[in-house]
Amino acid sequence: MIEMVINNIKVKAEEGMTILDAAKSVGIHIPTLCHMKDLFPTGACRICVVEVDGMRGLTPACAYPVLAGMNVETNSQRVRIARKTIVELLIENHPQDCLVCVRNKNCELQDLSERYNIREHRYVGESKDHAIDISSASVERDPAKCILCGRCVRACGDIQKIGAIDFTNRGFKSNVTTPFNKGLNISDCILCGQCILVCPTAALREKSHAKEVMSALRDKKKYVIVQIAPAVRASIGEEYNLPLGTNATGQLVTGLRRLGFKKVFDTNFAADLTIIEEATELINRVSNNLILPMFTSCCPGWVKYIEQNKPNLLGHVSSCKSPHEMEGAILKSYYAKKMGIDPNNIFVVSIMPCTVKKFESSRPELSSDYLPDVDAVLTTRELVRLFKMFGIDFNDLPESEFDNPLGESTGAAAIFGTSGGVMEAALRTAYFKISGREFDNVEFQEVRGMEGIKSYLIPLNGINVNVAVVNGIGNIKPILDEIENGKSKYHFIEVMACPGGCINGGGQPIHQQPEKIKKRVQSLYEIDSKMKKRHSHENESVNKLYKEFLGEPNGHIAHKILHTTYVDRKKILLGK
Amino acid sequence: MKYTILENYPSKERSNLIALLQDVQEVYGYLPEEQLRAISDYLCLPLSTVYGVATFYNQFRLKPFGKNVIRVCRGTACHVKNSGNILTALEIELGIKTGQTTRDKLFTLETVACIGACSIAPVININEEYYGRITAKEIPKILSKFKKVEALKSKLEQTVSS
Repeated sequence: MIEMVINNIKVKAEEGMTILDAAKSVGIHIPTLCHMKDLFPTGACRICVVEVDGMRGLTPACAYPVLAGMNVETNSQRVRIARKTIVELLIENHPQDCLVCVRNKNCELQDLSERYNIREHRYVGESKDHAIDISSASVERDPAKCILCGRCVRACGDIQKIGAIDFTNRGFKSNVTTPFNKGLNISDCILCGQCILVCPTAALREKSHAKEVMSALRDKKKYVIVQIAPAVRASIGEEYNLPLGTNATGQLVTGLRRLGFKKVFDTNFAADLTIIEEATELINRVSNNLILPMFTSCCPGWVKYIEQNKPNLLGHVSSCKSPHEMEGAILKSYYAKKMGIDPNNIFVVSIMPCTVKKFESSRPELSSDYLPDVDAVLTTRELVRLFKMFGIDFNDLPESEFDNPLGESTGAAAIFGTSGGVMEAALRTAYFKISGREFDNVEFQEVRGMEGIKSYLIPLNGINVNVAVVNGIGNIKPILDEIENGKSKYHFIEVMACPGGCINGGGQPIHQQPEKIKKRVQSLYEIDSKMKKRHSHENESVNKLYKEFLGEPNGHIAHKILHTTYVDRKKILLGK
Repeated sequence: MKYTILENYPSKERSNLIALLQDVQEVYGYLPEEQLRAISDYLCLPLSTVYGVATFYNQFRLKPFGKNVIRVCRGTACHVKNSGNILTALEIELGIKTGQTTRDKLFTLETVACIGACSIAPVININEEYYGRITAKEIPKILSKFKKVEALKSKLEQTVSS
């Protein structure tokens, strides 16, 4: 511990701490833009500068370590003027379109402008002019709004280890863009949207499907059905100042009905269905010595990654569609028939915490007879905007229940939204299928948590089954290398592209507080622990679906409707 | 692909990126896209990083030069002697902007900070030759010399091939 002084306050700080953290520990706010928690500081934006006694220039608080006896002034006139000038210069090189901007009222540049009381344009000059990149199905890039903080570059390169975008050119022409400025759809981007979550402005944002959904809702011929992903219910409350980790399922269902959806179903139903199919596929692969390890296929970002980078390993990926696509496929086959509706008139909307799901829903493999399984995907953020537009006061909504039969779900499905959840759900059912009884402890703590790779060994009828959970696509490489070298010990591997799983997906509410993620995760585990039924095979509606329509798990009809194929995207990207 | 260039350096070592880019440019005269992809694979670096470095430094070019490279000195002495006018005249005459190459690939137009021949300002440099104390009026005459040479060359080639 060392002693120092910040703004005349005596501070006890740990050695190695930055001035920024030391100040935070005594409740002094220092603004940041390029700073990212747990990553090496770049000190690029200079908005965090402070005055340190004895030093000539101003010092970036995010990058400078504390020293014993240091005397720091974080809010002197000199500091305020420096910060204000930086913000003024950023603003003058930024479009002045806050009123019509998707990040209006949730923008760090706006916040800084307000914080430093900027009330006039003091600098006028040329501002940069870049085209908007609308090439991808999920993510839009608007480099004119970019303030070059570099957080997206680091989220993409350092955390996700994709590196689809980087700084290019220099000086006034500096631009964060893809190689050869060609557009995200032909870059290495997997559309996970982690860059959107860290962007301080609207330079990165999702491609909205709101217009499509609204016009479908207006269309009297359309039978518009909506489904909600497990992770959305645990995060949407944040947008309405509800306590962190509030489970808002009941209000969500009511809100969606009021938007005009004919039926509100739960993607959790299809999550249970996915588990039955995936566990059966795993058991088949293990007992018949087929390609192992098997990867989960719920995460479209992960699927896009392996298609782009290791198409030779596509045989390892489970052929199961992701849950919301399964739900869509069942709606347009079984449900349409049962209700006597023409599948052409059914419009399925998925509310997802994810941006890649938009891309996924446009995949031709996920359609039958040119009819997509899912017609439109809205992120959690887009749904909040729709609620606003439709005058729905979320906090005052009464709770209501999902429609049936595609609304029933078990605790196993609820945890799909977090890293390790799909694995845990699959293990619960696979253990039962093989040994005929349920595992002693329904909760598999070993696959929970935020570590990058979690592995676990479970004895299943004499076979020691090795499983692994990859949390964040940045941790996938060693696992893939092992498989390529024939040295993998694993049988079953869950991969979620976003750190923490869907709960921290690219479509979730934007904030810069990582501690929120843990609360969301907790909320999902709570939903599970409060459920009477916690195994996917206990879902009566799913069992009925097999009896009435699908036949056997992995059987002929199930294969046709619930399974899919993958493509070698490396060739597509290289134009071969 | 000229993997031989790459193999002069150890793979997976990102510190060799700039040296590799320089070597590739030495051979090709510019940095072709497929070579940048090869470097990215060889050093295990994202393509965006390779592209970012290639666009950051002025020494790297992503498009091939024209047959004749015109460099206009924009140093202080030349600036005072109106090199801005010379540059504009060249841009109009060639129909391109600074940094671009004409469609017939005959000329590339660039600016340099200072050629070091301030005594004859304003000065431009075409290939190996220097033109000092020039005025905008002289530009068409200077360029026509290169155009004539090129026309003669292609005529000669035609007669030889027929």
